[in-house]
Amino acid sequence: MHPEKQKHDFEPKIIAFVCTWCTYAGADLAGTSRMQYPANVRVLKFPCTGRIDPVFILKAFQQGADGVLVSGCHPGDCHYIAGNFHARRRFAAFRKLLEFVGVDLERLQFSWVSAAEGGKWVEVVSDLTEKVRNMGPMTEFKELALEEQWSGTINTEELKEAYKQI
Amino acid sequence: MSRIGVFVCHCGENISRTVDVERVAAQVGKMPGVAFATDYKYMCSDPGQTLLKKTIQEQKLSHVVVAACSPRMHEKTFRKAVEAAGLNPYLCEMANIREHCSWVHEDKQEATAKAIEIVGMLVERVKKNRVLPTITVPVTKRSLVIGGGIAGIQAALDIADAGHEVVLVERDPSIGGHMAQLSETFPTLDCSQCIMTPKMVDVANHPNITLYSYSEIEQVDGYIGNFQVTIRRKARSVDEDKCTGCGVCMEKCPVKKIPNKFDCNLGMRPAIYVPFPQAVPNTPVIDRDNCIKFKTGKCGLCQKVCGPGAVDYEQEDTLIVEPVGAIVVATGFDLYTIDEKPKGSMIKGYGEFGHGKIPDVIDGMTFERLASASGPTGGKILRPSDGKEPKQIVFIQCIGSRAREKGISYCSKVCCMYTAKHTMLYHHKVHDGQAYVFFMDARTPGKAYDEFWRRSIEEEEAVYIRGMVSRLYQKGNKIVVMGSDIAVGVQVEIEADMVVLATAIQPRTGADSLAQKLGISYDKYNFYSEAHAKLRPVECATAGIYLAGACQGPKDIPDTVSQASAAAAKVMTLFAKDKLEREPIVARVKEAGCVGCFACKKVCAYGAVEEKEIRDRQGNLIKVVAYVNPGVCGGCGTCQATCPSKSVELDGYTDEQIVAMIEAL
Ligand SMILES: Cc1cc2nc3c(=O)[nH]c(=O)nc-3n(C[C@H](O)[C@H](O)[C@H](O)COP(=O)(O)OP(=O)(O)OC[C@H]3O[C@@H](n4cnc5c(N)ncnc54)[C@H](O)[C@@H]3O)c2cc1C
Ligand code: SF4
Ligand code: SF4
Repeated sequence: MHPEKQKHDFEPKIIAFVCTWCTYAGADLAGTSRMQYPANVRVLKFPCTGRIDPVFILKAFQQGADGVLVSGCHPGDCHYIAGNFHARRRFAAFRKLLEFVGVDLERLQFSWVSAAEGGKWVEVVSDLTEKVRNMGPMTEFKELALEEQWSGTINTEELKEAYKQI
Repeated sequence: MSRIGVFVCHCGENISRTVDVERVAAQVGKMPGVAFATDYKYMCSDPGQTLLKKTIQEQKLSHVVVAACSPRMHEKTFRKAVEAAGLNPYLCEMANIREHCSWVHEDKQEATAKAIEIVGMLVERVKKNRVLPTITVPVTKRSLVIGGGIAGIQAALDIADAGHEVVLVERDPSIGGHMAQLSETFPTLDCSQCIMTPKMVDVANHPNITLYSYSEIEQVDGYIGNFQVTIRRKARSVDEDKCTGCGVCMEKCPVKKIPNKFDCNLGMRPAIYVPFPQAVPNTPVIDRDNCIKFKTGKCGLCQKVCGPGAVDYEQEDTLIVEPVGAIVVATGFDLYTIDEKPKGSMIKGYGEFGHGKIPDVIDGMTFERLASASGPTGGKILRPSDGKEPKQIVFIQCIGSRAREKGISYCSKVCCMYTAKHTMLYHHKVHDGQAYVFFMDARTPGKAYDEFWRRSIEEEEAVYIRGMVSRLYQKGNKIVVMGSDIAVGVQVEIEADMVVLATAIQPRTGADSLAQKLGISYDKYNFYSEAHAKLRPVECATAGIYLAGACQGPKDIPDTVSQASAAAAKVMTLFAKDKLEREPIVARVKEAGCVGCFACKKVCAYGAVEEKEIRDRQGNLIKVVAYVNPGVCGGCGTCQATCPSKSVELDGYTDEQIVAMIEAL
């Protein structure tokens, strides 16, 4: 039924940040429809793409993700009126920053997948997996070892010192 | 130290076919913090839930992860079970290893590895879950209904009959809306006034209904269960409490010839007037633009003749604030104006049909007034130009409707039926007359509708011509109508005495500005949007606001009344509880860190963020911080991702929880 599975040397790790109402439901639909796609993706559910802090994307790369997908409702369809609109603006600025930091933007994908688009979910996930597989593992970022920016993670002695001085 | 329990479901074979569930349970059981892990055939079944509850108690579990289907499927089920076992429901998470794993992968090894990782993520997350309280908000059991057409009247009566107070706000001097203007109604031809006016009187007399006519919505604050509505009562110049409705003022007013909008400008009214004799309330209003007293300071006759001294030229607009728990929007429709393109509108005019230029080209509503026994002609069909009876009459359907090139692509839904009705009324009144109808299709779905339409052809001898009219022009005292009969493929030319245009039903002008006050959405035409086209057709996406009638889309009376009663039922469902429960996924501000920049306030689409003053014991202002009203917060978390000082947090989706999941990878 399905083409013989190829074995690859490198299996990339893909992290998907998705909203509950559209993309998570779209991925559920792909499941109920028994569509098949590569097993590389791990899904993190958010109420809305508006909740997704760019820091999470940095964190994901730092934790060894080779590709990150951010996906929510189509423009105008936000369950929370306008969360995806704010998310879009935020990520537009964030991409520039990532580029500056030296992350290949090809590793970060934004898309819209509605609750009815199981097929599109499969397509987006498969394409990104394939693309990142060809790019090879993501190494740049681990070397940078960028410090997180949220509270409660002041974990090195120097940083603790620095914080005290402010 | 947390004692997490993990329950891995086989889902029959749905999961276990591709995921080695025993291995998942064994692996996860070794993870730090996990005190218990098992697999079971059907977790959602009764024995499955019993297993869950029993284990929580026996093993003294602190958190639970159920690895099974999508949380969209069974999160509620398991959280309920967890609650029954004495744990806070928000200490339970689901790991989706069916829709996101076993169903989409074939390789058992790969799928099992993935499932272990998914469960691991949720184990790390659940450790950071906090006890969340159920949030309850009180419900004000009073309702506001906006618009007093048949939709608003029906909704108001239903809610009031259920024992709840209703505030009904109508913009015009009288309630009744379009239905009060109709002559007889399809599909039964009963007289509109006869079935409508008793309901209007019921509204006036109902002890639970407060009617504010000649009033408009000024401002809407609050949220479901707790709205504060500011209503502007426009100056009527007549005191409603004193006026007895005797009508002497109207008789004596020297201004007599103001075209009456209610009669589609066919009849005349004085400057102090009620729009029609059965108006509710039966209190006149002074049209200040046309009153001599207001224009020149002279006259004042009505005040002199008014026995109870009700006429008050000094009256001013007043604002009233009404607390309500639910709102029904029933503002109805406007008819498409064909004369010219309305200012700023995307809709194009129909100049080629001479409406407004040729006096005997009228619209459907004007025909209703001509046919109405209480109308300006006493129910005789007479031409506006010379008062003669038209012997040849042409009806043209779909004027504006289904005309993409003019800017409207929808069908107005009622015109096929009312045109059929018009041909019947015409034939009943002008026995030797002939009616022609130009139409694209006859759309008559509805109980007894097609039979009604056929009657217009088979018994009332209307001639239906399938095709559109290209042009019409005045020739002497006739109107030449040129069109094509596409069924036969010939050009037709009819010399008519009168032409009736079935113009499109459109949203009210200004529907968008009311929607903005209410915070509800509307489509590109300005019809109000329901929350779901099929499954939630009377609720707005904004909680606590419901829709009834033609403001949501073109509708006939039976559909309007059904929707109005449905909206009332929704209001009663809401009022059946004293308090509203909601998911505690709301944002909270950590006041210590908040710098008062209000970036959150700017991005919050729900208007949930308020400004809160923090004062010391002496009452000196220390700082102003953000406060999220849990009743209003939608729970999107946009504020949190925006806050530069990380001082607002969405319960259930904290940074800690999310980072824990990422770090688990
Ligand atoms: C020519 C014609 C003939 C028809 N014949 C038939 C028929 O025979 N049978 C049939 O079933 N249907 C018929 N219909 C359809 C029928 O008129 C509608 O179904 C019905 O009137 C819809 O009622 P409604 O209450 O939604 O709207 P409306 O009747 O338009 O009432 C809305 C009310 O809200 C008020 N309002 C508007 N905006 C505001 C505001 N901002 N604040 C406060 N109040 C406001 C208005 O003043 C009005 O009183 C006909 C329609 C037309 C045009
Ligand atoms: S004061 Fe105005 S409303 Fe009254 S009678 Fe004179 S013109 Fe008419
Ligand atoms: S979570 Fe969303 S709705 Fe709630 S306060 Fe924040 S931005 Fe507003």
